Amino acid sequence: MSDASIPLSVRLKAQGLDGVTLLVLPAALLLLALFVYPFSYGFILSFRPKDGSWLGNYTKFFSDPFLYDTIKTTLAIALPVTIMNLLAAIPVAFRVRLMRHQRLITTILVLPITLGTVLVAEGMLNYFGPQGWFIRTLTLFGLGSASSIKLVHNYWGVFLSLVITGFPFTFLLTLSYVSGIDVALENAAATLGARAAARFRLIFLPLLAPGLAITFCLSFVQAYSVFPSAVLLGAPAGPTRVISIAAYEAAFEQYDYSLASAIAMIMGFTQLAVVIVVLMSRNLFYRGPAAGAKG
Amino acid sequence: MTDTHADSLPRRSITLNSAFAKLWVITIWTLLIFFVINLFGIIGAVLTSSFATRWLRSWVPDGLTLKWYFSAWSEFQLGDVLITTFQVVGAVVVLSGLIGVPAAYAMARREFPFKKLVMLIFLLPLLVPPITYGIPLATVLYQTGFGGTLVGVILANLVPTVPFVILVMIPFVEQIDPRIESAARVFGAGTFRLFVTVLVPLLMPGVLAALLLVLVRTIAMFELTFLTAGPTSQTLVVALYYAVFAAGVRAVQSIDAMAVIYMVLTMIWLVIALRFVNPTQIVTRGKQARG
Repeated sequence: MSDASIPLSVRLKAQGLDGVTLLVLPAALLLLALFVYPFSYGFILSFRPKDGSWLGNYTKFFSDPFLYDTIKTTLAIALPVTIMNLLAAIPVAFRVRLMRHQRLITTILVLPITLGTVLVAEGMLNYFGPQGWFIRTLTLFGLGSASSIKLVHNYWGVFLSLVITGFPFTFLLTLSYVSGIDVALENAAATLGARAAARFRLIFLPLLAPGLAITFCLSFVQAYSVFPSAVLLGAPAGPTRVISIAAYEAAFEQYDYSLASAIAMIMGFTQLAVVIVVLMSRNLFYRGPAAGAKG
Repeated sequence: MTDTHADSLPRRSITLNSAFAKLWVITIWTLLIFFVINLFGIIGAVLTSSFATRWLRSWVPDGLTLKWYFSAWSEFQLGDVLITTFQVVGAVVVLSGLIGVPAAYAMARREFPFKKLVMLIFLLPLLVPPITYGIPLATVLYQTGFGGTLVGVILANLVPTVPFVILVMIPFVEQIDPRIESAARVFGAGTFRLFVTVLVPLLMPGVLAALLLVLVRTIAMFELTFLTAGPTSQTLVVALYYAVFAAGVRAVQSIDAMAVIYMVLTMIWLVIALRFVNPTQIVTRGKQARG
């Protein structure tokens, strides 16, 4: 094959390597240097703790409840929020899909995502605070009072902030998947007499399952890495000490980059574990309807 | 299978079903409206507070004033912070365009060895949350001397924006007829001339949409800037975080005035961006770019 009479550039071109392909290099190098390298470096660094033993950081993390409890705390916030957001997003997306002023709703809902968690946190401190409009309205209708309902600086503050920024995210993703389904399929099912619930269960759900699984993963990963709102709206010393706070403290308060990298790796791998479980259960879920159709 | 018996069901259950369906629709709308009201409440509370003279234990403030904007401007050195923000955002937008668009072109037009692996490297920074890769990235930046500098902040912000531009642009490139490029090549245009005279004009709507989204995302990018910025390289959103974090040191209204300035800055660009893109595109990372 390596005939000397064929110039190198021609041989490379046959492999798809020419001047145009080289255009991918700056981007690839940038990400190798700023994403792949730091990640690998952090991974190796996490096995070089201050005390010398290679697993020192990990034994420290999993023996200190102040550290390993952060996984539980983070899951206790992220999982319910993600499930709730997704369960709310599906029916709303099905309604909005049929709307004429769809764009108005999507524009309103994109606001909290673009404004970001920090601004939402500041707004929530005002709005859900003891003298805020929300508690005042509840008091007005006799549903509670500032002394009985506390919505900021605790678990619920973080929870609500993840609903405010997370629900629109989950919803817009779900909407893009829902509107990707051919209306003709639903019409066909309706013509054959399937009611809304049956159409959802038999037509949409199987078609949506991959999209919903990805939506769940993306929303979960976002909620799991909650940081500013856990500090500003939660109780970062106790009930909302999430794993990102532990990593941040290790890096920027104790200057122990090795431990910080270890926590970041643990954070990454727990996210990965949940994502893998979800994607695998999607496969399990898929087998059911397929077998049913054959029988 | 069980649903094919629908016609044989008694009439009464059908009316019951439609009543239930109506209730269901009403419930969904109530939830959505409740959400939107609270969202506007959150934004409205910041807005109202920033103009309030004194606002304690009442529905509305005692009076209105503009003085908090002036005090926020001097207290938080907003002039400097805004200049830094514009420098960071400007550099990130220009660089991610210059690096991302050619890469997207190569990814769309060429098949080469390890292309799948390269694609994975472009996808991962969009899937992994910034705080997870931000900590190792900040460690590396601090060890190489870029940590805490403007350059470090710009570099860190390029990590999610370059892949974002690439993923938004790939479908845009794919929909351009390759014969146009071949024609340009036949007439002797090199890759650079092809880009300047043929591709960039054709890709302009896509480039504009991608870069506007990069702009909005970079203004609001908290985590990466927070982890890599030093005292002189803070962007507005990080300065806002520190102000809220140290609440009690300054008047609430002053912090809210800063929040409103941040909000206005983001909204202006969001409104411009929404003229070119669909809101769903902001979260779906360019998958709907054909729309």
